[in-house]
Amino acid sequence: MTVLAVSGLSVEFTTEGGTLQALRDVSFEVPERKIVGVVGESGCGKSTLINAILGLLADNGHVSAGEILFEGAQELTTLDPTSMRALRGERISTVFQDPMGALNPVLSVGRQMVNVQYRSGRSKAEKTARAVEMLQKVRIPDAEKAVNRYPHEFSGGMKQRIAIAMALMMEPALLIADEPTTALDATLEVATIELLKELQEEIGCSVLFISHHLGVIAELCDEVIVMYAGEVVERGDVRDIFNDPRHPYAHRLLDCDPARQKGLVRHLPTIPGEIPDLRARPEGCIFRPRCHRAEARCTETPPEIVVSPGHMARCWVAEVPERAEAAR
Amino acid sequence: MLNYAIKRLGLAVVIVSVAMTLLFSMIYLIPGDPASVALGPRATPEMVAALRARMGLDQPVWVQFWNFYSGAWTGDLGIEVLSNRPVLTVVMEQLPFTLALIAGGITWSVALGIPLGCMAAVRRGSFADRLVGVLSVAVIAVPSFVVAIYALLIFAVALQWLPAIGAGEPGDLGDQLTHLILPSLAVGLGWVGYIARMVRASMLEVLEASHIRTARAFGLPERQITYRYALSIAILPTVTLLGIGIGQMLSSAVFAEIVFARPGIGKLVYDAILTRNYPLVTGAVLVTTVLFVVINVIADLIIGALDPRVRSGF
Repeated sequence: MTVLAVSGLSVEFTTEGGTLQALRDVSFEVPERKIVGVVGESGCGKSTLINAILGLLADNGHVSAGEILFEGAQELTTLDPTSMRALRGERISTVFQDPMGALNPVLSVGRQMVNVQYRSGRSKAEKTARAVEMLQKVRIPDAEKAVNRYPHEFSGGMKQRIAIAMALMMEPALLIADEPTTALDATLEVATIELLKELQEEIGCSVLFISHHLGVIAELCDEVIVMYAGEVVERGDVRDIFNDPRHPYAHRLLDCDPARQKGLVRHLPTIPGEIPDLRARPEGCIFRPRCHRAEARCTETPPEIVVSPGHMARCWVAEVPERAEAAR
Repeated sequence: MLNYAIKRLGLAVVIVSVAMTLLFSMIYLIPGDPASVALGPRATPEMVAALRARMGLDQPVWVQFWNFYSGAWTGDLGIEVLSNRPVLTVVMEQLPFTLALIAGGITWSVALGIPLGCMAAVRRGSFADRLVGVLSVAVIAVPSFVVAIYALLIFAVALQWLPAIGAGEPGDLGDQLTHLILPSLAVGLGWVGYIARMVRASMLEVLEASHIRTARAFGLPERQITYRYALSIAILPTVTLLGIGIGQMLSSAVFAEIVFARPGIGKLVYDAILTRNYPLVTGAVLVTTVLFVVINVIADLIIGALDPRVRSGF
């Protein structure tokens, strides 16, 4: 079963400088019990995507086209606010990037974890017991006492584990993880990723994992979505994307990963040019101005080309791998 | 928490000591001899000398200071010149009236200011927000004695809804409360504006914080987010502001007590200055200083109780 099916989703923001199209024709699926990674540079629409799914778009933003189908039953873009709120924290929960600021500083950890369970119908004691149990699962030492402590009394890594515990407490069907390890150092990052994977398997939820750390995506995810300027340029199985990227942007992005450099380099590679102004999208392919493989037909919007079953790239030349072209 | 309270009290002792030094120096530096002023132009030099001796003014300045300083900590603020009663007794008789007035002023400002500020922040940019903004600045700009006079003219004289002067019958709580409404409004009205502005600004800041986004992402009810998650943080600067604002309210209280002919510290100091009753002036000012410091300690303790980060920072 598909937990989340996004199809043709477009999101627009009304700004003083005109209408900004933050997402255009975004389609992907999150299958049951799978971890789907979303990669892309800052400003590629990752956060807008999360907010659109959660129904928390800013007041000047709205879904202009497409739909978000949750658990095959509920269409999130047209769902009334009350029902949407009932899903949040219950069926769809979120772990945010900044562990320092994600918890309320004046309420104890236990209090916040108890408040999240307000729809569960459990007694106060049961809610507290559940909070302690979750803290133990994320390996917070001395969990019985930890529920009475305040966020500032924990380290960054512990706070992020508490946030994960809080997010998984109601055993949601979908966990959205918005760069949960970006603010942590490398050792903690690995530990947090392993913990997340372990709990995901135990609870059996799906995860939409947003990151710009390619190594983490490769390690953790089953499927990957590559986003650029508010569009999904390539998606597919994690092996397909990492071993055989077909969209020039996905290819460049992987080339830029410091971990993939062979030997010592004086300058790390970058992608020339900048993300286009989303208030005035260029005609045709969004990556064309920066693309070294651009052709005449790229002035028309390319369709999603199926490279292999489950591996799609929105590029006219996707059928020809870059390496093959270079060899020709 | 106990540690925090002890340290805060220690600081309060230092502040009061500094205040006492300044107060003593001021009275000492003011030209004119308190004894001859108190006795009037027709007093003989012997009478003046006798009073000077009784007030301790013939002793070296550091002895005088020591007497004042050590006496003050034991509650001995000297003898009032006109009635020969201990200054502390006279001041303490008047203190409850002023405390009631200040408490009334705080009640007005908090009861109106916090909900208005919250509403303005939640409905940012709406008509109500702008209206609260304009009214806040307006009430801040109007001096409290003007509010006092208009309140008196409108509600006591023209409409005759509320009593005009005095503090009410002793022992009759209802009567005392109705006598408190107008003077405390005069003291507190400007603070409604300050608090509404302050709460609005800090609410807007807190509502942008990422933990509020977390709370929304967990589907918590919007009411709970506004009042439990956001206001409990946004209220902190307001508590500090109120603690400091007590000083200004004490000076507004002087006007309110004069306009409404209410007993109280303000009226007492005013009368004492007119009659050059220096021991009474010093004593009353010292008591208000202590009051101010104590209220600020209470404000800090309230913040400590509300904010766990402050508690563990001490």
